[in-house]
Amino acid sequence: MKEYQVIGKPVPLIASREKATGKAKYTDDIRLNGALHIKILRSPHACADIRAIDASGALKAAGVRAVITGRDFNHTFGVLPISKDEPALARDTVRYVGEPVAAVAADTEAQAGEAARRIRVEYEAHDPCLDPRAALLDTDRPIHPELGRGNNLHKSARQEFGDPARGFGEAAAVVEGTFDFQPLTHGFTEPHATQVEIDAQGSITVYSSTQVPHYLHRALAEVLEIPMHRIRVIKPHLGGGFGGKSDPFPHEMIAAKLALITGRNTRLSLTREEVFSSNHGRHPTTIDMKLGLHPEKGITALSTDVLIDGGSYGSFGVVTTYYNGVLLHGPYPAPNFSFACDRVYTNKPMCGAMRGHGGVNPRFASEVLFDMACAKAGLDPCEARLKFIHEPDTVTANGFRITSVGLKEGLRKAMERSAWKEKFGKLPYGKGIGVACGFFISGSALPIHWNKMPQSTVRLTIDFDGGVTVYSGASDIGQGSDTMLAQNVAEVLGVPMSMIRVIAADTGLCPIDLGSYSSRVTFMAGNAARNAAIRMRRILVSAACKLLEIGEPRYGKPGGPDSFFRQGGRKPDFDDPYLGPNPDYSDGFEARELTFRPSAGPREGAGVPYLDAVRKAMDGHGALQTQGIYVSPKMGGDFKGAGAGLSPGYSFTAFISEVTVDPGTGFVRVDKVTGAHDCGFPLNPLSVEGQLDGSIHMGLGQALMEAIRYDPKLGVVQNASFLEYKMLSPFEQPEIDVGYDANVDNEGPFGAKEVGEGALAPVIPSVANAIHDAVGVRLRSLPMTPDRVLAAIEAGAAVTPRNENGKGGM
Amino acid sequence: MESGEMKLVTLHVNGRPFRRAIVPSTTLLEFLRDEIDLTGTKRGCDMGECGVCTVMLDGKPVLSCLLLAAEAEGAEVTTVEGIARGNELHPVQEALVAHGAIQCGFCTPAMVVNAVHLLERRPAPTREEVKECISGTICRCTGYTKIEKAILAAAGGDSGEGGKEA
Repeated sequence: MKEYQVIGKPVPLIASREKATGKAKYTDDIRLNGALHIKILRSPHACADIRAIDASGALKAAGVRAVITGRDFNHTFGVLPISKDEPALARDTVRYVGEPVAAVAADTEAQAGEAARRIRVEYEAHDPCLDPRAALLDTDRPIHPELGRGNNLHKSARQEFGDPARGFGEAAAVVEGTFDFQPLTHGFTEPHATQVEIDAQGSITVYSSTQVPHYLHRALAEVLEIPMHRIRVIKPHLGGGFGGKSDPFPHEMIAAKLALITGRNTRLSLTREEVFSSNHGRHPTTIDMKLGLHPEKGITALSTDVLIDGGSYGSFGVVTTYYNGVLLHGPYPAPNFSFACDRVYTNKPMCGAMRGHGGVNPRFASEVLFDMACAKAGLDPCEARLKFIHEPDTVTANGFRITSVGLKEGLRKAMERSAWKEKFGKLPYGKGIGVACGFFISGSALPIHWNKMPQSTVRLTIDFDGGVTVYSGASDIGQGSDTMLAQNVAEVLGVPMSMIRVIAADTGLCPIDLGSYSSRVTFMAGNAARNAAIRMRRILVSAACKLLEIGEPRYGKPGGPDSFFRQGGRKPDFDDPYLGPNPDYSDGFEARELTFRPSAGPREGAGVPYLDAVRKAMDGHGALQTQGIYVSPKMGGDFKGAGAGLSPGYSFTAFISEVTVDPGTGFVRVDKVTGAHDCGFPLNPLSVEGQLDGSIHMGLGQALMEAIRYDPKLGVVQNASFLEYKMLSPFEQPEIDVGYDANVDNEGPFGAKEVGEGALAPVIPSVANAIHDAVGVRLRSLPMTPDRVLAAIEAGAAVTPRNENGKGGM
Repeated sequence: MESGEMKLVTLHVNGRPFRRAIVPSTTLLEFLRDEIDLTGTKRGCDMGECGVCTVMLDGKPVLSCLLLAAEAEGAEVTTVEGIARGNELHPVQEALVAHGAIQCGFCTPAMVVNAVHLLERRPAPTREEVKECISGTICRCTGYTKIEKAILAAAGGDSGEGGKEA
């Protein structure tokens, strides 16, 4: 494995010292002069028409500077151009409990809150639509009448490949089941916050806790009806996102609008209860799935029927609708495949993207069914998975281009480390071991906005002191993307991390990056940073050659990419705006420890100090500046939905979980998670491990305890607090032993793929499969709380004969 | 705000006195963040659920969102800003940085306070004691794994086999 200087080393995140000392400024920590405080009045009804709003009492209240309602906005918005259905403030109807209806700007927070309470809203309440099945029925009062439908269907996706009926006929084992999933929330610790600074020209700077400064920039311009150059969006340090800050939000529109109206700086921060009622979390889901398995052919057929409850607005829902099906095309081939997914609107807070977006729930269903099919066909669940995991350089039934796959060896090692063979089916009653696999995208190849702009652009500058500044629109949300960008640049230029400064997520200074979601940043922004650094390296090497009085390296015109599967690794074409993904930038020089040395030729070994090269390059030129971009290769079919889930690289994961189940109480304890994650070449082991630990934490939360509860009649969140929305504590986090052996991806920067999300999904079914091994029952609903496990054990004991180990059958 | 409603308080924070006229309902968290601009201490829920507002009051961790500022008069308040000496980080802070135990960092100030208090009381804690010490503060990024490792390392070993009394 290639030894690098910075890449592949455990590098602490560059912001961690300021975070450890409390100096790091998050959005709510910013202090703008004389900022007005904003409070939002929210709907107490899940479904109502707004008859009248009387703000006169609020306007007369002490300290109040402005009150706005839905009448102050002309445009709705949404992260996807195809579903811009959300108003900043409800206009004629409210669609969920907690929907913003009016907002007050006042001198103090207390005054804003007091004034908001004095706004009189006359509602005509109606019976809310809260049940997703009912949402499919005809109604006189659709939640979104503008769609012209007589029901509450938002999006339908249907795809079929091969011949599922024939495939089921070929299977040795056919299993099916219905699986239920609760709504989840992201659980980040920093509530959403926004502050707006306005200057004398009426231009605004919007500081916001967002994963998507660029999409927010676009939405603000549309909703506020001012040009983009009058708006600057800055993401300060951000206290966790996980998808929950990846949409433009009403409060961001409201804070900006009130700044424009009053000419004053504004600020707001949501309460924790408001965060829960804003939601955007994982969709409540019902999945009917049928899987056919053959001992030699693998999955012969897979059919999936999904209903997802989107809540009141679109958010990322169209993507979620597709992801529930298309992300089943891995980690194993499924040549005969059908899926149908409907997303409905209901009168609940909207659902959107949450870590593992759209792929988590179907993964649970498919991996539990895979286990059941193995049992029925007499196959070892690990061996069967090993046998059928995608081979590298293949195309799935729906046209996904699978390039690097580094899971098989990792799963074999995990089987050894966990003593799978000695344990599976052989542990005493109450102890169990289970396996599950998954895969995930490294960013979407198809951008949300269909245009020809690069998905990521990174700019580099070097000034007289040799310090390198990286400008990127990517949002570091704690996952460490700033550090990743700096590592890529440091490696190419042979400069220490301490000389690199990253300025990111500031639309006024940074080129566009589409944002931090769908695990796209390392692959895409990382490649853009690497490309920018390679261009800079060429400038510096040229200067070094002048100082050494030798000719410049010859940069020949490279040929095209080797193949459909191997786009990276070729020499960069400096005449082209795009150097390609992960190009081979070897130029006959070594750049190490601030020195450029030719590695061959008459001046072999002669060193040119980095700063000398910088100064030489700047002679008569001034500050050095380069730009790098990332563009996904062309892939995919031409059928409807062909772009969903297309990615330039896919991660692969396998987990073997060991559990203890108390048959008396149904309480499940996850003792250990052993596994493997193929993230390509791990750029920063500290970050890779951190992402794996966090994914396991969040996945086990969904497995064992997390669920938002809505009042079934009123649609109110009943557990809008961290006391009642249960997440894993340090005591429930298991021992973790997950390998991430370097498996170089040809197109990822230095061979890297995603690690932030893919590992979440498979840990959940691995626990369900381990529970089956422990006590012989199949759980099909999440979370697998003690009451459900106990009920399943009691029901299972009544119908299922125990085998010789005291465990149930299939 | 009517001046009659204001109350004059003096709080000692990180070794310095701060005298402010405040609304009596001002919490210690609001005092720290809004009156004296010590924004290192975070607001996550205002209800004592998430623990990111943890500070030390006379050396013991408390949730500053559940305490009135006036109740802290006469006590010594230590926030995350009072832990490092200039640019020299406390061993707990160094360990959190070096072990990659900081991702989004929103819980980090509270974790620092929790851990500094633990190590003052128990210089060689067990892993269970470390879990106990951080269990009042939610971290959604790390799964707590690296935070535990970092605190154990700051205590002088990764073994978790400690347990000696202070």
